[in-house]
Amino acid sequence: MRYDRPTDLAEALAIRAERRVILMAGGTDIYPAFAQRKAWGDASRADILDLSALPGLDAITEDEAGWRIGSMVTWAALADAPLPLLFDGLKEASRHVGGQQVQNRGTLAGNLCTASPAGDGIPNLMALDAGVELSSQAGRRLLPVADFLTGYRQIALRPDEIVTALVVPKGPPARAAFVKLGARHSLVISIAMVAAIVELDAQDRIAAARIAIGACSPVALRLPGLEAALAGERLATAPRRVEAAHLAHLVPISDVRASAEYRREVALHLVRDALARIHQETARRAA
Amino acid sequence: MLDRSKTRPLRLIVNNQPHAVTADPFTPLSEVLRDHLGLTGTKIGCEAGDCGACTVLVDGVQACSCLIPVAQAEDVPVLTIEGEDGDGLIRRLKEAFLAHGAAQCGICTPGMIMAAADCLMKDPQAGRAAIEDALGGVLCRCTGYVKIVEAILDVARGGGLPVQDPEGAFGARIARVDGRPKVEGIDLFGADSAPGDALYLRILRSPHASARFTLGDCRPVLDRVPGLVAILTAKDVPGENSFGIFPTIKDQPVLADGFVRFRGEAVLALAGTREAVEAVRDADLPIEWHPEEAVIGVGMGLAPGAPVLHAKVPDNVLTRGYLECGDVEAGHAAAAVTAEGAFETAFVEHAYIEPEAGFAVRLGDRIEISACTQAPVMDQEEVARVLGIPKAAVRIRPTACGGGFGGKLDVSVQPLLAVAAWQLGRPVRIIYTRPESMASTTKRHPASIRARASADAEGHLLAYEMTGDFNTGAYASWGPTVANRVPIHATGPYKVPHVRNRTRAVYTNETPAGAFRGFGVPQAAIANETLLDDLALQLGLSRWAIRRRNALGHGDRTPSGQVLHASAGLPECLDAVEDAFRTFEAEAEAFNAGATRFRRGAGVACMWYGCGNTSMSNPSTMRIALLPDGRLVFFNGAVDIGQGSTTVLLQIAAEALGLPPAAFESVIGDTDLTEDAGKTSASRQTFVSGNAARLAGLDLRRAILALGNAGPEARLALEGATLLIRDGEASRRVDLAALPRDDEGFVLVGRGTYDPPTTGLDARGQGVPYATYGFAAQVAEVEVDMLLGTVKVRRIVAAHDVGRAVNPTLTEGQIHGGIAQGLGLALMEEFIPGRTENLHDYLIPTVGDMPEITIHLIEDPEPEGPFGAKGVGEPALVATAPAILSAIRHATGARICRVPVLPHRLFEALQAKGARS
Ligand SMILES: Cc1cc2nc3c(=O)[nH]c(=O)nc-3n(CC(O)[C@H](O)[C@H](O)COP(=O)(O)OP(=O)(O)OC[C@H]3O[C@@H](n4cnc5c(N)ncnc54)[C@H](O)[C@@H]3O)c2cc1C
Ligand code: FES
Ligand code: FES
Repeated sequence: MRYDRPTDLAEALAIRAERRVILMAGGTDIYPAFAQRKAWGDASRADILDLSALPGLDAITEDEAGWRIGSMVTWAALADAPLPLLFDGLKEASRHVGGQQVQNRGTLAGNLCTASPAGDGIPNLMALDAGVELSSQAGRRLLPVADFLTGYRQIALRPDEIVTALVVPKGPPARAAFVKLGARHSLVISIAMVAAIVELDAQDRIAAARIAIGACSPVALRLPGLEAALAGERLATAPRRVEAAHLAHLVPISDVRASAEYRREVALHLVRDALARIHQETARRAA
Repeated sequence: MLDRSKTRPLRLIVNNQPHAVTADPFTPLSEVLRDHLGLTGTKIGCEAGDCGACTVLVDGVQACSCLIPVAQAEDVPVLTIEGEDGDGLIRRLKEAFLAHGAAQCGICTPGMIMAAADCLMKDPQAGRAAIEDALGGVLCRCTGYVKIVEAILDVARGGGLPVQDPEGAFGARIARVDGRPKVEGIDLFGADSAPGDALYLRILRSPHASARFTLGDCRPVLDRVPGLVAILTAKDVPGENSFGIFPTIKDQPVLADGFVRFRGEAVLALAGTREAVEAVRDADLPIEWHPEEAVIGVGMGLAPGAPVLHAKVPDNVLTRGYLECGDVEAGHAAAAVTAEGAFETAFVEHAYIEPEAGFAVRLGDRIEISACTQAPVMDQEEVARVLGIPKAAVRIRPTACGGGFGGKLDVSVQPLLAVAAWQLGRPVRIIYTRPESMASTTKRHPASIRARASADAEGHLLAYEMTGDFNTGAYASWGPTVANRVPIHATGPYKVPHVRNRTRAVYTNETPAGAFRGFGVPQAAIANETLLDDLALQLGLSRWAIRRRNALGHGDRTPSGQVLHASAGLPECLDAVEDAFRTFEAEAEAFNAGATRFRRGAGVACMWYGCGNTSMSNPSTMRIALLPDGRLVFFNGAVDIGQGSTTVLLQIAAEALGLPPAAFESVIGDTDLTEDAGKTSASRQTFVSGNAARLAGLDLRRAILALGNAGPEARLALEGATLLIRDGEASRRVDLAALPRDDEGFVLVGRGTYDPPTTGLDARGQGVPYATYGFAAQVAEVEVDMLLGTVKVRRIVAAHDVGRAVNPTLTEGQIHGGIAQGLGLALMEEFIPGRTENLHDYLIPTVGDMPEITIHLIEDPEPEGPFGAKGVGEPALVATAPAILSAIRHATGARICRVPVLPHRLFEALQAKGARS
């Protein structure tokens, strides 16, 4: 069993190209899965390629085109980063993933790569129109998040690739919110969650909206019908524009956390709540 | 397979000390801290990030050490509970935790302190919100977090610690006498120690709820895996391959023999080095499974033609319980109003933060077992039977117990360890994983209850009848106890002339249900309290008033025909919460008048609970010895599972003897050294063992006074080996070293035995099942999100009649913890075999879920109790869930008959209500 923790990306990519390995970032998804397997009589593990010593992956950088969030950036680092209001939703999520212990170690990229329907980072990345930077010995490619996520816990990561960054493009100034529903206060997996981003014109009318819902389908979904309907709407009245029809393409399931029916119904309220929160926050800032 | 090449030398910096270790870089930091560096203050409750017991500071911030590959900790400063920070913050937190009673069982304490240290390092004056945020990732099952947050706030405010009464006898708020090692992280729990040469034991468990299996030849596996010493099967059990709580119902095998009756049942035991037992995958073992139809739920268990679990019980009904008084039909007929309902509760997991663990050592013809437990003498009996050796050949040495709540009353690891250590002649240790603990140990019984209650026009209860089916799972465990306790309590603590209560405990192919704080009474209380609200509503009475009108008090007769001659303080409890109830009610109504989405509600519920075993002898014996060198030793066989018996019994003994608790040392639970104090269950230790401790103290005092020729008012003191006896002006010094010694080397010994006065119950359940009862009334305020169906419990006011509080700090701690568990029962806890077998999917309350709690201790002394005291352990939990349900109904109008009220269930109830109206 190998465990490599290279300090150089080229070396990491060489290992990746050569062998089947599990990539280790913060470990907050890997260890619970391992513990569950071990409890039922399988304590084996594959070779590990630990990304945590690679230089630069823990940085958030900005240029004219946008922001680059290195794949080792943790939730806690995101929450503390000096980022514009566009990132308020992602920051809100960062403060509610697990407890502070998990936030201090777990990464946004790891959350994306686990590709759980309940991953709190994912709807935010979708609403941010983020791209996934994939590196391999062959070079780099950028995939939109929606293309990177191919199904329930499935991603378009080639066996020779590593996610090196999440890339968020720049657009007009925007506001964002994230709402999460769980059955207890902290340390809880979402029953459903919504990330919303709106760009406003000078009259506080919505110029563009990007809204995504998680845990109501195998892969989080954007709400294109609603996004279109909101164009030109006043922020204050935007929540009232949300209708069940905008959510018709969701395919929620029933599990131990909630019923499918419930998920479908509350998703509507959560979308309204997310828009209302943006409105309140905007009003608060204006005051 | 085993591969030593995967280890590598690593440099760690732990508590400012450099360390060189050799380990697989994938090994979690928690394991390296504990196993390589011996820093067992870092606890492991789940290995999955869910409990936070393993919280340490890594590079200055809190992290779960179970989620960190040790490779990532290389050259990074790690601070554990054993370490010191430059500012003495960790030290101040430890002192504050001790002084505030913030550590009960203490298993969560190191993680809590490290999380708190992270918070206060960032902001030394952090407020409640920041503290709660910092603790959000650490679970505590004992304290309800209240005293933990108070302790941290105290440090944040730089405040002084609460003043301790130096004499500290009965009634004083002394710190737990076993608290120091808990806050320092040096208390030894089941997984914290074992002989260096101990083999590891790993159990292969059934993945099926019901199956036959055949076992092939294990020899090839043993030959292939270096370090694997043995694979034990049912054939290796030297004595009886069965255990169980009741002498007549030993129905659970130590290792299954050809078939299994629930998912999680033990099948094989692998012994060897840790690497070896983990290297063998279950799939590598020669077992062929033949799954069979599984009985799921009592409905299926009772259906005609259902598969039979135990041949001796063809109808799957393990026990029936019954109580009848008056004429229930006549009672209903004479009533002005009647209410009825059907109620469902789920399996509930104890979720103690310490999974079962321990070790066993064979010494010639004897065996010694050190493990976490609530019942050392029962463990001793079970192990003797399983090994086929005399009871005296078994020594149980309980470790510290990281929470129990009833779940560690049954044996778990003990017989497995015993068989392995006995057969292999080597020390053996075991540590259950969290999923293993959850899948294989007992649960609270799910209940299906139908009940009917009637009252006259003034709201006086006339009749109550219920039938309750309790899912006891695959094995009997405490099923009969639940079936027998419930009929007695099922009317609630009220005067009801006509009663008929019937229960059944039903076998299914689910996880065995056993003892859990309240033995079925919390489930029954949900039914009777809801019906009481129904009657109040129908009659236009206040929910508080109907309870006050019917409350059992002094001189009243219970449904079992027992007259409560003393210590029946429910009326006083209700009076104590009346103002809060009216205020919450009025505030809720005012709030709701302007509200649309969020609605508030107030609820009230009462409870009662008989202390001690039902209609059964359950004696306890305590001893106190004076040694020639002046040591005063309290031999106390009652194990402290966090609730505080080590402290409380000492306070009682000290009060009776007339020497301060600080003068004593305690020997706890060791079956070679202490006498049988009975189980730590049924809220009996304060009352039953408390009386034994009082009698032992008085006995020793009598001997001392006789020696000194002193009168009853004499005052005692110990100065080294000299005993001072002052009687008025006279004073005498006794040189203890000069006194004759008995066989054990003691110069004076006091002994006390107490068995509560109860009678058997007749065929109609009439008699005196308990010597005394605890009573309580609780009021809850909730806020409901009408759109999402979520509930936030805002405030709880709890009034408990405890007889007298031996140590109010510990009593309050029991009530806080009970409220937290009651809240979990009401709102979030549901164990589903195979689906919620970890603390990720099985939710228990976190710090942010807790309401603001106000406690009123009502002291209606119990003449039969030690200085008036009685139990509070279980009473704390019972009233909370029904009070919350009552409040939800007040807020929303939805009458909830199924717990937990998960958001989607409340949502459905609100929709159904909306559709009706
Ligand atoms: C107690 C607890 C509570 C939690 N609560 C929440 C919650 O509320 N909401 C939520 O969304 N999640 C929650 N999580 C899950 C969680 O913490 C994450 O999904 C986390 O962000 C994963 O990041 P990581 O760095 O720890 O990933 P790791 O565990 O290291 O890796 C996760 C997966 O991603 C892959 N991977 C990681 N980095 C890369 C990379 N750069 N390139 C390619 N593949 C990669 C790994 O191979 C692995 O398959 C919780 C976890 C725990 C333990
Ligand atoms: S043991 Fe690490 S979180 Fe439970
Ligand atoms: S004291 Fe917190 S779990 Fe026991």
